[in-house]
Amino acid sequence: MFAFIVRRIIQAIIVMLVISLVGFSIQHQIGDPIRDLVGERVTPAEREAIRDQLGLNDPFYVQYVRFVKNACKGDLGLSFFYKKPALEVIAAKAPATIELVIVTALILIVISIPAGIYSAIYPKSWFSRIVMAFSTIGVAIPVFLTAIALIYLFGVELNWLPSYGRGETVNLWGWESGFFTWDGLKHLVLPSVSLSSIMLPLFIRLVRAEMMEVLETEYIKFAWAKGLHRERVWYIHAFKNTLLPVITVFGVQLGILFAFTILTETVFQWQGMGFMFLEAVERSDTSLLVAYLVVVGVIFVVVNTIVDIVYGFVNPMVRIAGTK
Amino acid sequence: MKSWNRFKNSYLFYSFKRDPVAIFSFSALSVLVIISILAPVVAPYNTYDMATIDIMDAETPPAWMEGGSESFILGTDIQGRDLLSTMIYGLRVSLLIGVGAVLLQAVVGILVGLLSGYLGGKLDAFLMRIADIQFSIPYLIVAIFTSAIFKLAFGVGRYAELAVPLLIIIIGMSEWPKYARTVRASVLGEKNKEYVEAARVIGINRWQIMYRHVLPNTLTPVLVISTIQVAEAVMSEAALSFLGLGMPITKPSLGALIRAGFEYIFSGSWWITFFPGVLLAFLILVILLLGDWLRDVFNPKLYKG
Repeated sequence: MFAFIVRRIIQAIIVMLVISLVGFSIQHQIGDPIRDLVGERVTPAEREAIRDQLGLNDPFYVQYVRFVKNACKGDLGLSFFYKKPALEVIAAKAPATIELVIVTALILIVISIPAGIYSAIYPKSWFSRIVMAFSTIGVAIPVFLTAIALIYLFGVELNWLPSYGRGETVNLWGWESGFFTWDGLKHLVLPSVSLSSIMLPLFIRLVRAEMMEVLETEYIKFAWAKGLHRERVWYIHAFKNTLLPVITVFGVQLGILFAFTILTETVFQWQGMGFMFLEAVERSDTSLLVAYLVVVGVIFVVVNTIVDIVYGFVNPMVRIAGTK
Repeated sequence: MKSWNRFKNSYLFYSFKRDPVAIFSFSALSVLVIISILAPVVAPYNTYDMATIDIMDAETPPAWMEGGSESFILGTDIQGRDLLSTMIYGLRVSLLIGVGAVLLQAVVGILVGLLSGYLGGKLDAFLMRIADIQFSIPYLIVAIFTSAIFKLAFGVGRYAELAVPLLIIIIGMSEWPKYARTVRASVLGEKNKEYVEAARVIGINRWQIMYRHVLPNTLTPVLVISTIQVAEAVMSEAALSFLGLGMPITKPSLGALIRAGFEYIFSGSWWITFFPGVLLAFLILVILLLGDWLRDVFNPKLYKG
């Protein structure tokens, strides 16, 4: 087990080095730190002097090593547009994205588990048929279309819910939160519903398939034979065993959810990390772009490594698979 | 004629005839593909020809609504282009990029999978590690990042000019590991079978065994995932274009059209977004249904990816 963890962590470090190398090459090739620092109105001679001073004429690998060292200290360069450290800019935008993902995850759990269980227990009822038809069609509709449809219906036609921005936020120890104002909560509804719509079909199908499989097993038959109450068989005996695979998939999908926040945030002009990233592209803000790349890389690598290690504890076969 | 007979008696055709969903999705997809190939003939206007566009026609509603015009059945977009024609050309761009990207993924993925499965050893470990690493990051993130970087590196104007080949490369390179893994798995299953052994015994060299004997036997799963991959590639392209990282508005794909129309739904011009959106969702749905059916026919136990 120890060897497995070490191997997994070494792999994570290698991945991070590759990501940082990619990030650094982008900065090296496309970015212009002199422009970021002093703007356009400086003579070429002065530029050259600053270049030398900052060590930008050093060989590639020397600069790369410096980049990695700085990154480990939490210094990912200055954002050209905001004139602030890039990491600070990202940290200021992160709460919006995190809150969106939290609410989305809640919606997913609250809807997919009951719907999945119900359609597994009564596969022939009309409700299950509607749920399954919805999840087939739902997969084919891109998230931004769902979002636009919701905006048109609730934002433009009915005028019930706000369709862009975060609304009023409360500052809690530096964390801009929309959870504590009525306005902030109202602004959360449409983005989180449309973000959850991409994952919902998948989760309903997953819960349903797992539940149906478990209901066929011997120990459930035994539970019936013992004459247990049917609620007890369904919700205690069967449901518990559908949870493990569901949780595993949920962990992995949470990362993918972050990817889709870029799309949702664009539609709703949600001031989160994804929206900031696209603005950085529009403004050619290379250092902010690279910083975002590194931050997202760290999130993914950490999440994947933790999921793998936890899985290694639960399932011994994983530990042996990589060794030969 | 002989191969037609063989096809007619095959299990594939038999199950196709008995499945109304498969027949429906196949014919709908064929119609869409034919329309997109024949776009210059079918479309009422050539939307790439600046001379036919009049800005005064902009935001005309569909023909059946008040203020609609007979000459524009589905209305016009913000630049005064006929929406139906723009959608047909957009469908063409979306399908071209989708199919192109899948071909690229397939070529790269099959090559990598074949080499690493058949040759094994260090090369296998190395290639599969790369695939693992890329697999652990969602393909959409990879595609968004690469296109953002390309856009910065090429500059906006140049990127718009080269958008089609660049998008094919971006989407193609972000999903090759799926093919590599699938092919490698089936190569590992095939390579110890007797016919490979026999081929080796009579002295055929390894490259020839790989291409002539092992490869054809690994293509069934490739065919199955290819259909679903086309749907995913079309979806990725739409997502990239919607973010402004894909096709420019002068040569819009369906995603770019939706992006352009989105700003105008607040002023009530819903049709610019609605019709391309419905077409896009329908296209993806049809491909997915066909893919589901193919998977069930060839291998009911195949992992649903």
